[in-house]
Amino acid sequence: MARFRAPLFVQPAHYRLRRRRDAARLLPVVGAFLFLLPILWAPAQSFRRDTAPDGIFLFVAWGGLIALALITARSLSAPGAPTDRDPEDEAEAAFDADHGDNS
Amino acid sequence: MPFNILVAACVAYVICLFLVAWVVERRADRGQIGWLRSPLVYTLSLSIYCTAWTFYGAVGYAARSGLEFLTIYLGPTLVFIGWWWILRKLVRIGRQQRVTSIADLISSRFGKSNLLGVIVTVIAVVAATPYIALQLQSVTQSFGAFASPTQDGFAPPDTESTAIWVAAGLALFTIIFGTRNLDAKEQHHGIVIAIAVEAVVKLVALVGVGVFVVWGLADGPADIIARIDASDIADWDLQPGRWAGLIFVSAAAVICLPRMFQVMVVENGDERHLFTAAWAFPLYLFAMSLFIVPIAVVGLERLPSSANPDMFVLTLPLAEGQGTLAMLAFLGGFSSATSMVIVESIALATMVSNHIVMPIWLRLRPSQAVSGDVRRLVLLSRRFSIAAVLGLGYAYYRMSGGSTALAAIGLIAFAGVAQFLPAMLFGIFWRGATRVGAALGLSVGFGVWAYTLFLPSFGPNAVIPAMVFVNGPFDIDWLRPRALLGVDSMDPLIHSLFWSLVLNTATFLLGSLLTFPGPVERMQSAAFVRVFDAAASGPRGWSRGMAEPEELLVMAQRILGDDDALLFFEAEARGQGKLGYLPDPTPEFMARLERRLAGSVGAATAHAMISQLAGRAMVTVEDLMAVASESAQIMEYSARLESQQSELTRTARALRDANEKLMQLSVQKDAFLSQISHELRTPMTSIRAFSEILTEGDLPPDMVTNYGRIIHDEAKRLTRLLDDLLDLSVLENGSVQLNLGLTNLGEMIDRALAAASNTKPERSFLIHRDLPMENIFLRTDADRLVQVFINLISNARKYCDAATPELKITVRQRAGRVTIDVIDNGSGIPSVSQGIIFEKFARLTDQTRAGGAGLGLAICREVMANLGGTITYLPGQGGAAFRVSLPLRLEREAA
Repeated sequence: MARFRAPLFVQPAHYRLRRRRDAARLLPVVGAFLFLLPILWAPAQSFRRDTAPDGIFLFVAWGGLIALALITARSLSAPGAPTDRDPEDEAEAAFDADHGDNS
Repeated sequence: MPFNILVAACVAYVICLFLVAWVVERRADRGQIGWLRSPLVYTLSLSIYCTAWTFYGAVGYAARSGLEFLTIYLGPTLVFIGWWWILRKLVRIGRQQRVTSIADLISSRFGKSNLLGVIVTVIAVVAATPYIALQLQSVTQSFGAFASPTQDGFAPPDTESTAIWVAAGLALFTIIFGTRNLDAKEQHHGIVIAIAVEAVVKLVALVGVGVFVVWGLADGPADIIARIDASDIADWDLQPGRWAGLIFVSAAAVICLPRMFQVMVVENGDERHLFTAAWAFPLYLFAMSLFIVPIAVVGLERLPSSANPDMFVLTLPLAEGQGTLAMLAFLGGFSSATSMVIVESIALATMVSNHIVMPIWLRLRPSQAVSGDVRRLVLLSRRFSIAAVLGLGYAYYRMSGGSTALAAIGLIAFAGVAQFLPAMLFGIFWRGATRVGAALGLSVGFGVWAYTLFLPSFGPNAVIPAMVFVNGPFDIDWLRPRALLGVDSMDPLIHSLFWSLVLNTATFLLGSLLTFPGPVERMQSAAFVRVFDAAASGPRGWSRGMAEPEELLVMAQRILGDDDALLFFEAEARGQGKLGYLPDPTPEFMARLERRLAGSVGAATAHAMISQLAGRAMVTVEDLMAVASESAQIMEYSARLESQQSELTRTARALRDANEKLMQLSVQKDAFLSQISHELRTPMTSIRAFSEILTEGDLPPDMVTNYGRIIHDEAKRLTRLLDDLLDLSVLENGSVQLNLGLTNLGEMIDRALAAASNTKPERSFLIHRDLPMENIFLRTDADRLVQVFINLISNARKYCDAATPELKITVRQRAGRVTIDVIDNGSGIPSVSQGIIFEKFARLTDQTRAGGAGLGLAICREVMANLGGTITYLPGQGGAAFRVSLPLRLEREAA
């Protein structure tokens, strides 16, 4: 298999596309962080009545994530933007080929 | 509300749905898909995630455990906003491999293994039973809640018979809906639209109740917040383990639930729909969850404490006298339950028929693969499977008593299907995952889940004796179902989830690391993991000409239906450039046919069916690999032959060149012989003539002297010629004796110039020399080297045709070698002749050369070779130029 050589620098448009993909990958991590936050401030020992504020926080975070997902999905689905054969993907594929078994 | 009106409303609603589905199927058959396959419909169909559990159970869940109900929707939200990681890949794989179910996905990934298909199907069916029971229970309860107050019309039956009727009705509805035909790619346009409609009904109903509660019964959001703080719900405390665990298990369930997989992957019409679903589906969940807590709070406030909180959505409007809203809520709940049951049972029935019934049937009656009516069998097995799945759900409902909280039942199902997660995720991201590992992991996970969660859910003494809960089986304390290894402080659900998934993943990884995958498995793993790599393709295992195209067509018709099969075969035949309906059974065609069939009956079954036809001589991938290695050897051999051939070509060319040279030399030799005989003859003739005259006597003394001198000169010429020839032959043989010594180069050139001045003494040359550079001592054979110089200089004297002849001698010393250039200012040697001037007997057909025999330069070359140096012609120096190059110190060995 011909080893793929990723270019060191890419064009600005392509660079932005990659960062948008990074954003799409990052979003669930941010979401998980936000959704797990209540564990930190609402331990079972506390006697504060914080159900309503917690709920408001969760719904606000939820809405924010949906908005972010909308923005990233829209920017990734812009015409001509997402192609599956991207140098980065191919680099990943090459990574798989190098590190997976050689069947 | 009278029970019979309720039943009538349900039936009318179902008929409406059926009509919608029917119209859509008609349109789809005519190819008018259009908006039916829009991102919006896709997103709405995903809302099948929100079942009666969400519609009824979430409020009960919130009333019992506060905000914990949100975890069930936060997990899927994370999966969907993270669609780039998993969903994108799943959908692509599903479309590329024509996956029909999650069992098919896992079986196909691990080498089309039927064993895995069976395991996954069994787990899915078992895990679905509590979930279907949940739907039956909620519909039954909603009938009970709605119909009990009045007794006009005919009396509502008791809950048990209601449940039976609901189960039977749903089974009938699903069978009519889902198994009317056997689609090529297991897509049901009609059902998808019906589900989308139901999604809207659910959402409108729940939001309607919510709006009524927030703005009708309370005074807007601020009031609701105040009421929440005042209610019992505010006493809820977040349990970190459950919170994180439930988010995880719901995230796992949303991709592992058979019905979610069905609508998300199998029914997906266009990958780009994910772009919309990524945010629209979380938005739907958001909207569904928004009013849950307000409804729960207001319900707790206003309804008697005996009221079941699971039914607040229904009983709250009912108690407030809002009959229409209650009816809407009832239909919303009915929608939630029916859509879930329809899709779940269709997905399960597909799995059962593809992975259990068909393989068994093929094993029992292999000859029927061609002639038997597979279509009917598949449909029949699916109908029975649907009925069986609902029957199992009903059995669970009866065994569990029908009184448990809805959410608790649902979570059991979630933890069950989460067992697919390791096999699925590792399967699509890790090429090292093997079939053995997947089978082990799934079995262990399923076993642990069943032992710690599923079987205990029937209650003590139902399946597991109460003693086992307390003391463990056979009094083994650390095997207690709710406290494996003595861990008894965990919540039972989290305990089961933790142990089942940890052991599942561990055995899966261990099995994968220790076993070696088969060839098909390895190819499938590459096709799955590198699905975005366009070059990757599935294995092709069919050899040419093993199956009759006609038999294939007959079989395909049984599965795909006559029209579809004929269309497919005709298109394939046209692709091969043939007319008619019978393409050649090329491996490519067989592979496409297999995939097409796999879309209907699953990968493993399609593979088995084609292998029945391809006969005993079916080519396995192992055979193919043997063939491949054989052909690799042949290719290597042919490459070797090729290189040998090119070597031969090179040799032949070299030989041809040599031959040409030989021919040229032969011509030259002939010319030389005639020349040499002429050269020898001329002096001999004059010697003979003058010696004859001398023998006659009576000659004046001066004439005698003169003649004698002529004879002497001619004899000298002859001797010189013969000397040259001898010299050359000695030099060429390499047997020349070199007389090495240190000599000054300048002195040698002086000697050469002096000696050469005898040649054409009438011409005076302007000599350019570089005396300081010439002052080098060389270790070489001085006499031989001087001979070369003499030859070059006298050549220049002989042949330089310039009016004022000049001779330039330059000396350079570089890296242990000395080069001496001898350059005149004549017209030089034409480039065509430059190649042969050093050859023996070479002569330029030039009048002025008549005096030589053409041996001078050949001798020079041989001398230089013996001195470890070279002599070359230097073109482009403005005249004839020769470069002599030789080592500064000639070692004897090199001589």
